[in-house]
Amino acid sequence: MIRTEAISKSFGKLNVLRELSVQLEAGRVVAVIGPNGSGKTTFIKTLLGMVIPDRGRVLFNNQTITKQHTYRSQIGYMPQIGHYPVNLKIKQLFEMMIDIRKDATMQLDEDLVAAFQLKALFEKPLGTLSGGTKQKVSAALAFLFNPSVLILDEPTAGLDPLSSEVLKKKIQKEYQKGKLILITSHVMSDLDELATDVLYLQDGSVQFYKTITELKLETGESKLGRVIAQLMSKIPQMS
Amino acid sequence: MKMTIKYKTRIGEIRHRFIRVNPCLICVNLCAIVFALALNLQAKMWKVTPTQNLKQVIIQANAHDTLLIQKGLYRTENIIIDKPLTLIGQHYPVLDIQFKNEIFTVKSSDVIIKGIEFRNVGMTSMIDWAAIKVLEASNVRIVNNRIRNCYFGIYLSASDHCLVQGNDIEGNPKEEQNTGNGIHAWKCDSILIQRNHTQGHRDGIYFEFVTNSTIQHNDSQGNIRYGLHFMFSHNNGYFYNHFHRNGAGVAVMYTKFVTMKHNVFEQNWGGAAYGLLLKDISDSHIEHNIFKTNTVGVYMEGCSRSVFTKNQFIENGYALRVQANCDDNSLTYSNFCGNTFDVATNGEVVLNHVSHNYWDKYEGYDLNRDGIGDVPFRPVSLYATVIERIPQAMMLLRSFTVSLLDRIEKIIPTLTPEGMKDEKPLLKPLKL
Amino acid sequence: MNKITKYVLYDIIRNRFVMGYTLLLLVIGMSFFSFESDPNKGLLSLLNIILMVVPLVSIIFSTIHFYNSYEFIELMSAQPMSRKAIFLSEYMGVATSLSLAFLVGVGLPTLAFGGGESSLILIMSGFLLTLSFVSLAFLASVITRDKAKGIGLALVIWFYFSLVYDGLVLSILFSFNDYPLEKAMLLLTALNPTDLARIMVLMKMDISALMGFTGAVFQDFFSTNYGLLVAIFILMGWVVLPITIASQIFQRKDL
Repeated sequence: MIRTEAISKSFGKLNVLRELSVQLEAGRVVAVIGPNGSGKTTFIKTLLGMVIPDRGRVLFNNQTITKQHTYRSQIGYMPQIGHYPVNLKIKQLFEMMIDIRKDATMQLDEDLVAAFQLKALFEKPLGTLSGGTKQKVSAALAFLFNPSVLILDEPTAGLDPLSSEVLKKKIQKEYQKGKLILITSHVMSDLDELATDVLYLQDGSVQFYKTITELKLETGESKLGRVIAQLMSKIPQMS
Repeated sequence: MKMTIKYKTRIGEIRHRFIRVNPCLICVNLCAIVFALALNLQAKMWKVTPTQNLKQVIIQANAHDTLLIQKGLYRTENIIIDKPLTLIGQHYPVLDIQFKNEIFTVKSSDVIIKGIEFRNVGMTSMIDWAAIKVLEASNVRIVNNRIRNCYFGIYLSASDHCLVQGNDIEGNPKEEQNTGNGIHAWKCDSILIQRNHTQGHRDGIYFEFVTNSTIQHNDSQGNIRYGLHFMFSHNNGYFYNHFHRNGAGVAVMYTKFVTMKHNVFEQNWGGAAYGLLLKDISDSHIEHNIFKTNTVGVYMEGCSRSVFTKNQFIENGYALRVQANCDDNSLTYSNFCGNTFDVATNGEVVLNHVSHNYWDKYEGYDLNRDGIGDVPFRPVSLYATVIERIPQAMMLLRSFTVSLLDRIEKIIPTLTPEGMKDEKPLLKPLKL
Repeated sequence: MNKITKYVLYDIIRNRFVMGYTLLLLVIGMSFFSFESDPNKGLLSLLNIILMVVPLVSIIFSTIHFYNSYEFIELMSAQPMSRKAIFLSEYMGVATSLSLAFLVGVGLPTLAFGGGESSLILIMSGFLLTLSFVSLAFLASVITRDKAKGIGLALVIWFYFSLVYDGLVLSILFSFNDYPLEKAMLLLTALNPTDLARIMVLMKMDISALMGFTGAVFQDFFSTNYGLLVAIFILMGWVVLPITIASQIFQRKDL
């Protein structure tokens, strides 16, 4: 569904992505993990067209995304921290997004709006919301347009346990529908529950990209946290 | 007969008024009155109607006769008046010469022309055709006439003791070369010009070599060059005149002992317009005048020993532009309000006495509360100095940079002329 | 494109700073016209404020707003919209709100008390000046990612056009005093939006008579409808050019 072909990106002298090639297929939940500064955020931003790679290309359904924007109608993106215009009401933010993204035939997916009871807050300006509520808004917006790809950057960070569960259920439900879901998270237990594959990045290139089952077999561990810890200790640290 | 007597009395009145103005003539005039009364019996009264030929009537008339010109249109040719006649229009008869010549050429003294409308005097390059031209005569009185669309209006040449009063002169302004003056006086002495209105001529009032004369209560506006223009005309007084919206304002040149009081100079606005242009003027008094909304209120060049006092300079581009060759003038007790530049000069102005003026740009203080500021005021701003040297810098007018420069200069004066400052600036405007 | 603009506008209009700016202009405008008996003098005093305050507020507010909206712009760029549309919508939103503030704050009192052609030119040039400095602000904002640097750059731009530029012009005049510089002045004026706006208004206020030969050259140019149109056109160039460059940079930029 999404393929990157040897993408490289450097910011100044810092090589953030090095010839990164990866194939992401529909019907998978891919956990993108790696140490700080390994290029996770840049990788995700490259998929979204926010960062333009120096070399290599990103293909979405076998179409290059260079200078394209329509492919993003099939992506729901949930940023790590949502910053919204402070004087705008939640309702207006939703109206705006619907204005931008909805076409006549589309069925809106308001599961999360309902589950997070956002309708009750619709008249509140975004500037007055707590971090958690903003996360709920971001999550609801990412799922609202029923996209075939979901990119979730630290989705559960800042959410209370209950809401966190709601969101995880939703992610699983969407996975059932055969969507491609990319998650970055530091919470290994969450990823253990949700992910089917692990994409491990180190210094801007793929260290390994395997299914969780494979990894567990390889390492003999039953918990993803342990699996990763064991693997990381074997990887020589480059800098 | 009854009517004639009545008229003679009125003429006597006019004469009386005139005597007051020119006391030196009392004897001559008394004799004239006695003589006139003696002639009274012979003097004839003519009633002229538009069907008659005015020129013929004037030729037939005897000296001291009175012509009552009735209302109507007279298509006339040039008429030479070479004997003392009294011409009185009744309800403004119209004399139209259809651009062929001038209308009245007065070559005799003691002529009275009153209440007539003159029209359409043509333009020539050789002779200055006028509605009324007076040549080498004295005691001619031109009163309450209307002059329309004439090359020159009233033209006095080498004449004396004449009265020009209450005339309404409106020209049809073309280019400067093709338009004559409203009231033009050349080489005259002791004339009185008052309560006239001149408009749409080259110069409203023009004097050259005119002496001992008075110009008062005139209104001169919308002339293409100067409202008032005089040269080499010494010892004249100008009072209560109003000069406005003239192409270049008022110009006064090469003259001594001028007195200008209570005049208003306003709205002379244009690239080369002045409220009052003074060039080579000395020993003169400029008092109680108002200079308002002119490009330059007063422009002085080669001006010396003159007194400027109790004048008001309001909302001019420059209130005063003083060339460096001016000396020994005094500028006192005047108000400067709302001028873009108060004073500009092209050099070090020295030997001019400036004090006790009110400047609205003054920001000093008065600790002893005597109404006089404790620090001197420098009316020449840095920017004005810069512009004198580099006129193109005018494009920065009202920019932030310029206001900042002026402010710095006010705090630490370095470039503005040291000689030009008011040591005793007033804190409140004078009531003038 | 106007899908976002509408909401950006809605957000900024309820911004306290913009409300304060509108109010400030309104108070200044009203007081100038009520203190001065002559509306033309009111206009002139107002002109000085417009040339100082309007560019400063426009450029600083827009720059700060851009950096504060950075994450929102990021989020928008994850949506199916082109970068250009996002950027220009942001611009439209900010420019419209600041223009509205100007038109209410200065336009209303000017039209109420002043009227006439010079008032219209004053409003028009203040309006274009607002658009132009918002445009410059967006350019400053896309040049650097660092907020402090961006605001610094915006201040430098303002300082340059309001003060330094005229100082440079003055020194050019001093150095090339002997050459006929009138035509060059015309060109130099065109290269600074604040100068252009100022001259446009001054010319309509009949102050040109004061400006001597330079004034005459300017008058010849600006008094004709053609000249005025050219001036407005150049001022519009000062709106379009920076935002176009900024948009180009933004489209190639990593967020």
